[in-house]
Amino acid sequence: MDKIRIRLKVNGEEREVLAPVHHTLLEVLREEMGLTGTKHGCELGECGTCTVLVGGRPVLSCLALPVECEGREVTTVEGLARDGVLHPLQQAFAELGAAQCGYCTPGFLLVADELLRHNPRPTRAQIAEALAGNLCRCTGYLKIFEAVELAVSRMGAAAGAAV
Amino acid sequence: MAERDDFDIIGKPLVKVDAAAKVAGTTVFADDVVLPRMLFARMLRSPHPHARILSVDVSRAAALPGVVATLVGRELPIPFGILPVSQDEHALALDKVRFVGDPVAAVAALDEETAEEALKLIDVDYEVLPPVMSVEDALARPAPRIHEYGPHGNVHKEVSFDFGDVAQGFAEADHVREDTFFFEGNTHLPMEQHAAVGSFGPDGKVTLWSATQTPHYVHRALAKVLEMPSSHIRVIACPNGGGFGGKSDPFGHEIVACKLSMKTGRPVKITLTREEVFYCHRGRHPVAMWIKTGLKRDGTITAMHFRSALDGGAYGSYGVASLYYTGALQTVTYRIPRYKFEGARVFTNKPPCGPKRGHGTPQPRYALECHIDKFCHDLGLDPARWRIENTLAPGTITANQMQVRTIGLKECLEKVVAASGYGDKRGRLGPGRGIGLAGSAYISGAGLPIYWNAMPHSGVQIKVDRGGGVAVFCGSTDIGQGSDSILAYIVAEELGIRPEDIRVVTADTDLTPVDLGSYSSRVTLMTGNAALQAARRVRAPIFEAAARKLDVPVDRLRAGSRRIWDAADPGKALTFVEAVVLAESEVGTLGAVGSYKPPKSVAKWKGAGVGPTPTYSYSACAVELSADRETGIVRVDRVWIAHDVGRSINPLLVLGQVEGSVYMGLGEVLMEEQVFRKGLHKIPSMLEYKSPTTLEMPPVESILVETLDPAGPYGAKECGQGPLLPVIPAVANALFDALGVRIDEVPITPEKVVAALEGRYRGPRMPDVRYPETVAVPPLEPAAPATVQETRR
Repeated sequence: MDKIRIRLKVNGEEREVLAPVHHTLLEVLREEMGLTGTKHGCELGECGTCTVLVGGRPVLSCLALPVECEGREVTTVEGLARDGVLHPLQQAFAELGAAQCGYCTPGFLLVADELLRHNPRPTRAQIAEALAGNLCRCTGYLKIFEAVELAVSRMGAAAGAAV
Repeated sequence: MAERDDFDIIGKPLVKVDAAAKVAGTTVFADDVVLPRMLFARMLRSPHPHARILSVDVSRAAALPGVVATLVGRELPIPFGILPVSQDEHALALDKVRFVGDPVAAVAALDEETAEEALKLIDVDYEVLPPVMSVEDALARPAPRIHEYGPHGNVHKEVSFDFGDVAQGFAEADHVREDTFFFEGNTHLPMEQHAAVGSFGPDGKVTLWSATQTPHYVHRALAKVLEMPSSHIRVIACPNGGGFGGKSDPFGHEIVACKLSMKTGRPVKITLTREEVFYCHRGRHPVAMWIKTGLKRDGTITAMHFRSALDGGAYGSYGVASLYYTGALQTVTYRIPRYKFEGARVFTNKPPCGPKRGHGTPQPRYALECHIDKFCHDLGLDPARWRIENTLAPGTITANQMQVRTIGLKECLEKVVAASGYGDKRGRLGPGRGIGLAGSAYISGAGLPIYWNAMPHSGVQIKVDRGGGVAVFCGSTDIGQGSDSILAYIVAEELGIRPEDIRVVTADTDLTPVDLGSYSSRVTLMTGNAALQAARRVRAPIFEAAARKLDVPVDRLRAGSRRIWDAADPGKALTFVEAVVLAESEVGTLGAVGSYKPPKSVAKWKGAGVGPTPTYSYSACAVELSADRETGIVRVDRVWIAHDVGRSINPLLVLGQVEGSVYMGLGEVLMEEQVFRKGLHKIPSMLEYKSPTTLEMPPVESILVETLDPAGPYGAKECGQGPLLPVIPAVANALFDALGVRIDEVPITPEKVVAALEGRYRGPRMPDVRYPETVAVPPLEPAAPATVQETRR
């Protein structure tokens, strides 16, 4: 199988791997780079589970080709925690039970992260709208909404304290 | 065990022990397992719903560069199945395929693409047989048979029981009502696709990592089919990315991964595609139901007669249990003095049905709770008051000999009625808006194991390290419900340490004592009781050593926050670690085991293996909704749900289960359904199989009711499945309040609503099942053991 060289900046690190040309970003992240935190639920762009951020925007990695992402920053769930400290969204998801089986969680976290970058004080309706492309079968979404709201309040307080 | 209330850990909304790993993305699910030299396998599946296999030729596939091994059915000729009475599956079909998606052959290759490519080179000759696609089909066409077993034709199992003189009960009634309902099949749709890695070592032993809820049963199936001693097989259930019952059967792909590893001497991974997950199925049975109830004018039930007809799909799976469950739990909520149940399950050429959250009971509960609203309407009774006044008393033994212990149903109903304002709202919300109510019950674990044995259902082993760390070993499987955390909370509470001091090792048949698995809502109650026993046993020498050191009676000791102290003089204290060092110095290495087996059921009839439980949980739900008369679209505006959980070991986790159940119930009642056309699953994808998104999920007010049941650890009952049950009929009842029409089938889609409003909706029909001759079950007489007599009608 023909392989090509793929250069990606993933979670702040320059990575270079050889991968079959038709491999999706999902496959390259999970298989060639060992970043198994990114999950898959359908591999057809239907469930949102495999969402990562490319250039800060949510992308379904099962539908993206790595060549499309070259030169842009890719963020996976492994890139959310900094220096061993969980991101406020991760902390809130853990505390409130927003991750039951945890399989859809990486996708939800990354979409929520992008939402908060653009809208630091979203309403419940805006949170629901932003997360509408991600399916979760465990939680009924309610604890996920609450966790995003808890993270919003903590990040707002932290930002206020920093000013 | 419900005597204490001064807990450190129990009842507190603590973080799950595995929460950090879940949010960090470091949890290792089955498809995340990567081993050196690992191969990738794919399975060829039948394109026909029903066909004889004339030949399978894998030679062209085997010759493809990159292919390492192939596998066909005759290499795994031994049948298996979850129930001993229906060992009707093969890892790869032997001589017949029974549904589109039935696996036929497999290939292991250096990579997944090559394996997939090789499948196209497998030549299979089929002789196509006419498919059986519905209960009506199965009854009308007894031949060709899908399986060569069962009472006759394509009937898999049929039952009929009389509990009391039902004819007399109907004769005494002032009012008799009959209704027919249909519940369409739907599927679990766990976010994680099933995956398995088999690894056969040079030591001649095989290890399987799998997304399974029941590693113990997979272990047994592997030993049988691979013809290996159990002691040479290790099954590790990875944390499941959602189960809901869909990962409770042993599956062909698990066996195939092991066998291909044995053939190649290399690890082999199989990850199913989403389409294949739809074919694995084992989801909600489509069930047609007929219910007839006799009542006095005041609403007192004199008799009930219930019939079910289940479309089982292509294999037995849990189906015999599912069938019994469609008749078992009608009696454990409200007073039903005489009861008759007739049921039948047929085989059809569709993916096999099995247990989905609520296993066989959401369908009859839906029918019963809608039927209750209907007869209350007939008699001019208030449906809320009827339910509250007719709930069973604690300790009741029902007509079908189910033993009710504590029952919080009345309190659940009262609380949702009060919180929702049901009494003021019903009939008064205005055009297109309505409110509905329902109650329900579920088991806290099945009273009997899947295969007959007298051993514990759950075992826990505890090892205490001299540094104060505690390891808890248990065969239970965390599928997201938090069963690992429950073990940690209970052991931490008993030893007076923190959950974070505990390492939980679960679901590994080499390392952990058997737990039967994450099904039947059994885990908190059964592993919890086993953990309590183990913890109290391992605590004894630690407390005795501490008592001697502190010179106080051992029963005066208290423990918490990693300390042990004298209740009469809290200044006299040791750290947990100090006490452990003293104890280990005195008695040697510290460890203990505990186990749990449910109490023997009082029921004495054949078939009473399904329904008994250590204790029932209870739920009640009120739903307020808006329905659009033009489009038929139903929007649920708000849900109130109360659940009798016995005691919340962790209310945060209980609420998560309750909310998740509400969500899944709403999906089932409004949109989720399996659709087939000429043997093909029409919508085997997450886009077309509609499930609720964030935009459909209404606000939910959850109320936890605690009854402190003596059977449960600290009084706890189940909470993972029961709260789904009342949601579905509550929506149907609310829709009647909103529009004045009844849709007597699930899902209630906009097309059906519009048809009903236009007078075009015909309602479901009961298939013409000829039920078997009735077994009249004599009432229990505690003094003399009852015997079952067959009566011919």
